[in-house]
Amino acid sequence: MAGFFQEDEILGKAYDARLMRRLLGYLRPYRGPVTLAFALLVFLSLADIAPPIITKFLIDTAIAPAVNGSIPAGEGLRLLVPLGAAYLAVLLASAGLRYAENILTTFVGQRAMYDLRVQLFGHLQALSLSFFDRNPVGRLMTRITNDIDALTDMVTQGVVSIFGDFLMLFGIAVVLLFLDWRLALITYATLPVIVALTFYFRKTMRESFRGVRIRLARINAYLNENISGMSIVQLFTREPRAYTQFDELNRDLLEANQGQIKAMSLFFPAVTFTRAGAATAIFIAGGYWALGGQMTIGTLLAFWQLLDQFFRPIQDLSEKYNILQSAMASSERVFRLLDTEATIVDAPHPVALPSVRGEITMENVSFAYNEGDWVLRDVDFKISAGESVAIVGATGAGKTSIISLISRFYDVQKGRILLDGVDLRDLAQRDVRRHVGVVLQDPFIFAGTIASNIRLNETAITDAQVKAAARFVNADKFIDRLPDDYETVVTERGSTLSVGQKQLLAFARAIAFNPEIMLVLDEATSSVDTETEHLIQDALKKLMVGRTSIIIAHRLSTIQNVDRIIVLHKGRLAEMGTHKELLGQHGVYHRLYELQYRAHEAESSVGTG
Amino acid sequence: MTSARATYFHYVGRHRTQLLLGTVAVAAGSIAAVVPPRYIGQIIDGLNHGTTMDTVVRLALFALFFSALEAIFRAAGRYFMMNTSRFIEYDMRNDLFAHLQRMHLGYFQHQRIGDLMARMTNDLSATRMMQGPGVMNIVSTSMTFAFTIISMVSVSLKLTLISVVLMPLVSLTFWFIGRRVHVKFERLQAQFSEMSTAAQENFSGIRVVKAFSQENAEIARFAAVNEEYVGRAINLRRMDGLIWPTMSFILGLAVLATLFIGGQDAIEGRMTLGQLVQFVAYLNLLAWPMIALGWVSNLFQQGWASLQRLQEIWDAKPDIVDPAEPAAHTVRGAVEFKDVRFAYGPTEVLRSVSFTVPAGGSLAIVGHTGAGKSSLVNLIPRLFDATSGQVLIDGIDVKRYPLAALRRAIGYVPQETFLFSVPLRENVSFGLDKTLDDPKLEWAGDVSQLNKDVDDFPARYDTMIGERGVTLSGGQKQRTAIARAVAKDPRIVILDDAMSAVDTYTESEILRRLRGVLQERTSIIVAHRISTVKDADEILVLDEGRIAERGTHLELLERNGIYAQMYRRQLLEEELDVDTERDEHERRVKATEESTPTRFRTRMGGGGMEEGA
Repeated sequence: MAGFFQEDEILGKAYDARLMRRLLGYLRPYRGPVTLAFALLVFLSLADIAPPIITKFLIDTAIAPAVNGSIPAGEGLRLLVPLGAAYLAVLLASAGLRYAENILTTFVGQRAMYDLRVQLFGHLQALSLSFFDRNPVGRLMTRITNDIDALTDMVTQGVVSIFGDFLMLFGIAVVLLFLDWRLALITYATLPVIVALTFYFRKTMRESFRGVRIRLARINAYLNENISGMSIVQLFTREPRAYTQFDELNRDLLEANQGQIKAMSLFFPAVTFTRAGAATAIFIAGGYWALGGQMTIGTLLAFWQLLDQFFRPIQDLSEKYNILQSAMASSERVFRLLDTEATIVDAPHPVALPSVRGEITMENVSFAYNEGDWVLRDVDFKISAGESVAIVGATGAGKTSIISLISRFYDVQKGRILLDGVDLRDLAQRDVRRHVGVVLQDPFIFAGTIASNIRLNETAITDAQVKAAARFVNADKFIDRLPDDYETVVTERGSTLSVGQKQLLAFARAIAFNPEIMLVLDEATSSVDTETEHLIQDALKKLMVGRTSIIIAHRLSTIQNVDRIIVLHKGRLAEMGTHKELLGQHGVYHRLYELQYRAHEAESSVGTG
Repeated sequence: MTSARATYFHYVGRHRTQLLLGTVAVAAGSIAAVVPPRYIGQIIDGLNHGTTMDTVVRLALFALFFSALEAIFRAAGRYFMMNTSRFIEYDMRNDLFAHLQRMHLGYFQHQRIGDLMARMTNDLSATRMMQGPGVMNIVSTSMTFAFTIISMVSVSLKLTLISVVLMPLVSLTFWFIGRRVHVKFERLQAQFSEMSTAAQENFSGIRVVKAFSQENAEIARFAAVNEEYVGRAINLRRMDGLIWPTMSFILGLAVLATLFIGGQDAIEGRMTLGQLVQFVAYLNLLAWPMIALGWVSNLFQQGWASLQRLQEIWDAKPDIVDPAEPAAHTVRGAVEFKDVRFAYGPTEVLRSVSFTVPAGGSLAIVGHTGAGKSSLVNLIPRLFDATSGQVLIDGIDVKRYPLAALRRAIGYVPQETFLFSVPLRENVSFGLDKTLDDPKLEWAGDVSQLNKDVDDFPARYDTMIGERGVTLSGGQKQRTAIARAVAKDPRIVILDDAMSAVDTYTESEILRRLRGVLQERTSIIVAHRISTVKDADEILVLDEGRIAERGTHLELLERNGIYAQMYRRQLLEEELDVDTERDEHERRVKATEESTPTRFRTRMGGGGMEEGA
């Protein structure tokens, strides 16, 4: 839980050329729209600068001369009309351009990040299971949803509009110079003050922001821990001390926040005041030149109005800094994921498998999930095509690993596994898995319908085949009783189905794909009613007919039906033979049988938990 | 039960002076803001009709003076207002924490921790945003509005009316577009969860996906969901992208109308050019408040909803509280259950359980998972209260003891070990008012067989536990929890399946030492292993909430019932494990010799460390 305060809260730099280049690469397919957006921005800046200029002409050519009597009043009134119309046209153009630019940028951002998101998802599909063992689902989800959304924000609000801000700044600077170069220089002189102010503020804010974040993370971690362990706090009458500590953390946060409040309270008024100071300077200097007849009132007013627009981009830039910063952190995390290499990859030129007989050989296989922590040691056996084998052993004996290895979810460290005499690593994963069917212990049900859970996304499997598969494994009995039989909607994780029903569904799924080799993980599951239990036993028997099958069995009926039993003990192959032979040996199998199978049959209600 | 409104005013009331100061300052700032346009208008008129440079400078400095006043007042106003909101947040956070400390265990089991956390972070923050920027902008916006409109009227009633007619258009647009934006935003959010679900399902079911070679089909499916998301995002932007251009268009229109109609008035002598400029300046003052209005109303909506969610926490009342008339009795340690029943919701967990343990005696409880063992021991320190019947300590109902006194007398080792991310020393001293010194610590560490592990830790007992320190193994955690319970020097010791992750050899060592400690203490031990319980004075076998068998180890074996069956199974299991355990032991010894640090592999995890049974 507290994990989420960590990696996701790291604040990186706001600009990293390497990351930025890689990100901008995703805009390359949208060169056209991007260019158009930039063009629109140029016009938009012009449209935004125009109103104060038109106002200047309104005052200098129409209103002021008419008021002074240098032109007749009627002439002044007549001049108002075309200038007013121009003003209106500019307003309309600005609104239209702003809207169009906004839509276009959103389009580009969304499309580009769509590409990245699908690429990331596709990349994850190719990663090996060991990757998913290490990375919690929640973290992967954050990458593919929130992190990419942060990048979309950067493209739509960051990149393009930062360019727009600079354009605006530059445009106004040029216009001011043309209007009156002396006044322009005075206006430029205030620029360093605003820039210094903004940078100083941003620096203090960033520091106090970091302080607040750390304290907030601390308080949340403390809170999380204390809520999770509240019963311990209460049992050990720790409430008063815990409260005192919490208050300390809380007060610490309050003080950190007060620092931030001080900085904020000073910044905004300081900017307002600087602007007022600049205006005062413009009016005094401009007033001097206007009195001397060297400047018109309209020009003076245009400077006054453009002043606001001149300062705004600088302030905006500091806001965009935050967007950039979080986007950089997100892109770092996303790219790191994208750069993770799959550990299980197909050979460059995989051996083709036109038809599979179903012979499986394990040659001196040793395997560990974590280096040095051997789960299987030197396991050596051969299963002929069409043979059915049960693997038994205590918990942790390595049974599940054998199933995972034959599906090539993991690669062995020592020895090799052969399918029809070919090393699994020389085959394409797709080929292996097409011929090897797996029924997992916790049958995973996808949101969808009963039918879609049987055929998954394989359109080649017809409705008739779906039904035949269900009938074959006795799943049709319960499916027929569902409201919309095969089209009944099942929710995520199949919460509306019982454990037994889910298991039957998983059997049907495996059968529908008609594999030559069937791997079944059938370890003890709780509470399956007797009727379903009977159906499952029958289905298991049928699954094994006519194909190589390896079953991790917990049912006595299953181990009695197989051709051979392999007994694993602490990762080693301990015994091998038929049920009768093994019982006669009075070894590990005998004890296991007493413990797991006979006990299970005899006293199903009592266990040691 | 109080209302959210009453709660709100309670907290605001505590800081009314600061809030009042802030309000006055913000209002004063709004008044100061409307003054400079007047001087600017006068400068323009002066320039147009002839004036001296002195007058221009004087007027410009006046304007600057009032701008300075505005800046000072606004700074003070923001400071006081924001500070108030932070103080309220601080008070609320402390009070919520104290309230949660009083809540009973059942409350936390029904409440998801994530949800409580969300309330204490997000909802608290939304409440603060309402009180801080929300209230400040309401005051600032309404004051600016009022004073600006008054000033506008003083210049030209006609122009004011024209502008005032245009203003509602802004609100209308906002309302009109806002409603549609809301619908589209919800649709986008729905698709976002759809996309999250698709990703989650794929990642959780990756084994099936890979086993059936469904990767490409899954990518296509995800792409389709993503495509819809992108479509809805662009669709939303089509609507909410209208807001800003429309607003600035309307504001521009107001300025244009003023220039056009005011221009005519100026030419025809009904107003001066300076007044016209002054008026335009006022319009600019109105721009920000109108933009802020929508934002502020959002803050209030969210803040109020959040406050109500916080109120739900306050409204929850603890089920287990101190008695009105507490018994003043020092616990000696005799425990008695009299016809105790306990139901957890509709399911009965304990049915008519009765037994007595004399002070200093020992009781063991066995039974399979779900038999009610944990529920039984939970009743003694009142983590839960019995549904009917009585739990007595020294003949006095546990409900009559002050909670703190009762719990101080009990050393409890829970089934799921929970340690805190503080140094080991603090964890062991958890139940004491003072942090333990070394001799006492070593003693507790010896009883729980923790000392030998501690010697391997970088800073012994001062080693940090948890993600910022060493990650303990399951057995180390359990032994720390035993040390923590023993360190309290309790009259009653309860071990709830507390040694499941401890190997049998260490377990017997702990039991041997505990026996010494427990000689004059009452002990109640829940366990799965027969080896743990066989020496108890009495053993209870629980089955489906009832006491199925009771007696000493030998008596129960003779009975040849559930207990005897368990015993035989465990013998078999031991036989199977003997060779393995030897291997395991050898491997462990070797590993320790080779590289000690590998045992403390750090792991991402919770702040507290939970260990499943």
